[in-house]
Amino acid sequence: MTGDLLDLTAAQAGQRVRAGELSASDLFEAWRERAATDSLNAYRWVADAPPPEIAAGAPLGGVPVAIKDLFCTEGVPSAAGSRILEGYLPPYTATAVEQLAQAGAPMLGKTNMDEFAMGSSNENSGFGPVMNPWDESRVPGGSSGGSAAAVAAGLAPWAIGTDTGGSIRQPAALCGIVGLKPTYGSISRYGMIAFASSLDQAGPLTRDVTDCALLFRHMVGRDPLDSTSTGLPEEVRLPDQERLDGLRFGVPPELTRGGVDPGVAAVFEQSLRHIEELGGTLEEVSLPHSDQGISAYYVIAPAEASANLARFDGVRYGLRAEAGDLASMYEDTREHGFGDEVKRRIMLGTYALSSGYYDAYYGRAQRVRTKIAEDFRSAFERVDLIVTPTSPTVAFGLGERTDDPLAMYLSDFCTVPMPLAGIPAISIPGGLSDELPVGIQLAGPAFSENRILEAAYALEQAIGFDGSGARG
Amino acid sequence: MGAAPVADALAERAYEPVIGLEIHVQLSTRTKMFCGCELSFGEQPNTRTCPVCLGLPGTLPVTNAEAVHFGLMIGMALGCEPAPRSIFHRKNYFYPDLPKGYQISQYDIPLARDGRLGDIRIHRVHLEEDAAKLVHAGASGRIHGAEASAVDFNRGGTPLVEIVTEPDVRSAAQAAEWLRLLRVTLRQLGVSDVNMEEGSLRCDANVSIRPAGEATLGTKTELKNMNSFRFLERGVNAEVARQEELLREGGAVTQETLHFDPRTGALSPLRSKEEAHDYRYFPEPDLVPIAPTEEMLERARSALPELPAQRAERLESDMGLVPDTARLLAFRSDLGDFFERAAAARVGDDSKAIANWIVGELVANIGDADPADTKLEPESLAALVGMVREGTVAGSAAKDVLTTLVAEGGDPAEIVEAENLGAAGGDELARVVDQAMADQADAVEKIRAGNDKATGAVMGAVMRATEGRADGAEVQRLIRERL
Amino acid sequence: MIDRDQVLHVARLARLRLTDEEVERMTGELSTILDHIEKISELDLDDVAPTSHVVAMENVLRPDEPRPSLPREGALGQAPDTDGVGFRVPSPGA
Repeated sequence: MTGDLLDLTAAQAGQRVRAGELSASDLFEAWRERAATDSLNAYRWVADAPPPEIAAGAPLGGVPVAIKDLFCTEGVPSAAGSRILEGYLPPYTATAVEQLAQAGAPMLGKTNMDEFAMGSSNENSGFGPVMNPWDESRVPGGSSGGSAAAVAAGLAPWAIGTDTGGSIRQPAALCGIVGLKPTYGSISRYGMIAFASSLDQAGPLTRDVTDCALLFRHMVGRDPLDSTSTGLPEEVRLPDQERLDGLRFGVPPELTRGGVDPGVAAVFEQSLRHIEELGGTLEEVSLPHSDQGISAYYVIAPAEASANLARFDGVRYGLRAEAGDLASMYEDTREHGFGDEVKRRIMLGTYALSSGYYDAYYGRAQRVRTKIAEDFRSAFERVDLIVTPTSPTVAFGLGERTDDPLAMYLSDFCTVPMPLAGIPAISIPGGLSDELPVGIQLAGPAFSENRILEAAYALEQAIGFDGSGARG
Repeated sequence: MGAAPVADALAERAYEPVIGLEIHVQLSTRTKMFCGCELSFGEQPNTRTCPVCLGLPGTLPVTNAEAVHFGLMIGMALGCEPAPRSIFHRKNYFYPDLPKGYQISQYDIPLARDGRLGDIRIHRVHLEEDAAKLVHAGASGRIHGAEASAVDFNRGGTPLVEIVTEPDVRSAAQAAEWLRLLRVTLRQLGVSDVNMEEGSLRCDANVSIRPAGEATLGTKTELKNMNSFRFLERGVNAEVARQEELLREGGAVTQETLHFDPRTGALSPLRSKEEAHDYRYFPEPDLVPIAPTEEMLERARSALPELPAQRAERLESDMGLVPDTARLLAFRSDLGDFFERAAAARVGDDSKAIANWIVGELVANIGDADPADTKLEPESLAALVGMVREGTVAGSAAKDVLTTLVAEGGDPAEIVEAENLGAAGGDELARVVDQAMADQADAVEKIRAGNDKATGAVMGAVMRATEGRADGAEVQRLIRERL
Repeated sequence: MIDRDQVLHVARLARLRLTDEEVERMTGELSTILDHIEKISELDLDDVAPTSHVVAMENVLRPDEPRPSLPREGALGQAPDTDGVGFRVPSPGA
């Protein structure tokens, strides 16, 4: 692949195809070759054949997209990072993937991830961890770590992932790219192997905000196969605002002070200065229940997961441990098929729903969820967007936190409150700390994606982040 | 006081059964509860499945509008209040016939609640999905030397309505009779095939007993698999007897699920003790609430036909039928419909007589068949009953006419004419009576002496002579005239 | 916070076989996590309605119209064990 092609954003490449300066098949072939050089363990599968002809004038111009392995793709391995689904070939394709293909973004490959999207480091993949292209001894974040690393390393022009408690935004932050977790319901969940159904939401991971808006535009839509999908009430616009005049930004002390590393805090402060320089105003807003966000999240998500993962029983698909009796077949299959983190969360969730504990855990967590949503609602009466760091730290070393699950959970505190409230949030690169990317998060009310994308675009222009260092 | 009197007191104590029923009704929608697969009627195994009803990773349920409509109809027909907003829950347990590891059902806010059918109060009506079928693999082999089964997911995901009664039933016979009423009600609604043998209507019973007259409830057991009215009655009777014997011997009933074996009539515990039930119900995040709109409610209301209980009441009050006849006609809607058509063609006040001819002679003639499927026209029956009232045909001869009408159709008056079945009368009958009284002089003497029973001998002779064509009342009159 | 017996009970409900070492580790880890989660019991939530859905939608219903089913080979295609007609499993209770 020519360096020239590699330096194009997806939007630029698509434009060239549509202008007839570049053929879609050459573009696909170039990216396929590039993806095949993956040495980060970012991919689980790379397309081995060119896609069917891209329709002339397809809005995404044939620019191929990397797909997180938890999206089901017909006849293509879809294991959600789990040994229990190793070799599984779904008979159907997820709606979001189908829509992208229709719009002219064929599948480039399937990306590695934390098993069933449970994790913040990608070390929970059943197929080995993904490495961070900025420093291969560090994690790319998770759970969409393969997608984030592939985009950051220039192994994919763009990618999609899913976010349940931060699984798009946090790896985007740690890899120095853009990641959007949209409003719950805006993109169909049909074909996404479920982790926590009331929180899971697909979204784009891209090199810049324009690519993000473009990819997102073709993912949204009401899907008759997903009862909880709403689509977006307005069309996604490609952002072009370079100022933030009149926009009010809320800075919640709960998500910006305690626990944030000094290097991250410095980049965050710098971003706040940019906001002011661009004409935005800053104001402190309180999200008083966000402290309880982690607790509520680590009850609700495992509880839903415990039911969602009950279907992996060795009967209809996936791994089956042979045993003479039914109980042993179930237990051996799940013992061998699931990794430690998945077992831990199934245990946690099963316990939280079990007789005598439901009210104390699941029932209360749902009420905390209500309080968190109310916090956001009242904050958005005073400000247009909320700004926080995406992750309290930069990418940490592989193996550094695997022995302390609680510490790993606690590091999600900046990203967990938004999915609990169902609201959208984006992470964009804010700069480097110790040569590693720091993510800035912008969150807005439900269905305010256009506002978020406009603000993120303006801020992105002011920050002028250079991600080419990771594309080696 | 020794132990014996206490034991005697226990042995003699009268117990009262307290029974609640849980009924599962397979809805006769075209497609499954949460996916577009057509319902299965004995198709080849695993040919009516899709990614959703196989529980493939990533798939999501979408509720069948017609199932909700049928559910609302059932709720309304049972006098329930539809919930303004009901939600689905996941009921979690592992079994090979349950593809997702949970059943989508309803829990604390069912579709409808608090109704009544006949004497029995309805606790709740809710929607859920059926499990698949687990069949013994038989010749197809064993797994690691152990027995193997095969799962057929055709039935998995069939829409079900579960109806739970209050514990208002007091006997096995009442349980069976009420279940008949429920079945005919559901059939009338057209929401289910209600076939117990094929499993589209399934009944479980919660059974406990308590000393007669006491208000407290005893420990209950749950009886499963009673797939006919007869088995329900036998199963409940067996369980009541078992519990009585336990208590009489000073023992206690333990809460358990029992399986009724129709071949042996035996009850055996169903599930192993190790797995205490903990279904970990929680709201199904993949579905949104059902909040019936006025339009949905109105559509369900206007789809309700007249229900058997209402029809029985109307036949009693408007047509003057006795309760038993009214119920029979109402519960067998084919008979009820035939009756109403015949009654519409009646002359004078023949409704009761027509009803009696239907539940008596006609049913004896055609059994369970629908009278509309025979050659008999309701108008012909009304005409025949009119002829009997007028005395132009005798009752016994009219039965023969009915048989002819059922088999061949036609006009009753013409049949009477053609087969010379008209009531003997006039000079002919007078001559026959004269002859009979002359032949039965002894009997005539007894009648004169005040022994009315002796009339029978004369009557018998008249009937023999006329081959049953004589009207009894007319013969009586002629005899008295001649005394 | 959670003891060994509870861990074993929950593992049985979830059909997870845990080695002795896993039971030991899980008991410690879950206790630590649950101790932290306990924070939510400090809040006064009596008058707060639970949120199970963030989308404010109702009556999302599908018309009762058949869609094609999978051919049997498709249904059975990914199964670890079949008899060609159904999904084979060890018999319950065997």
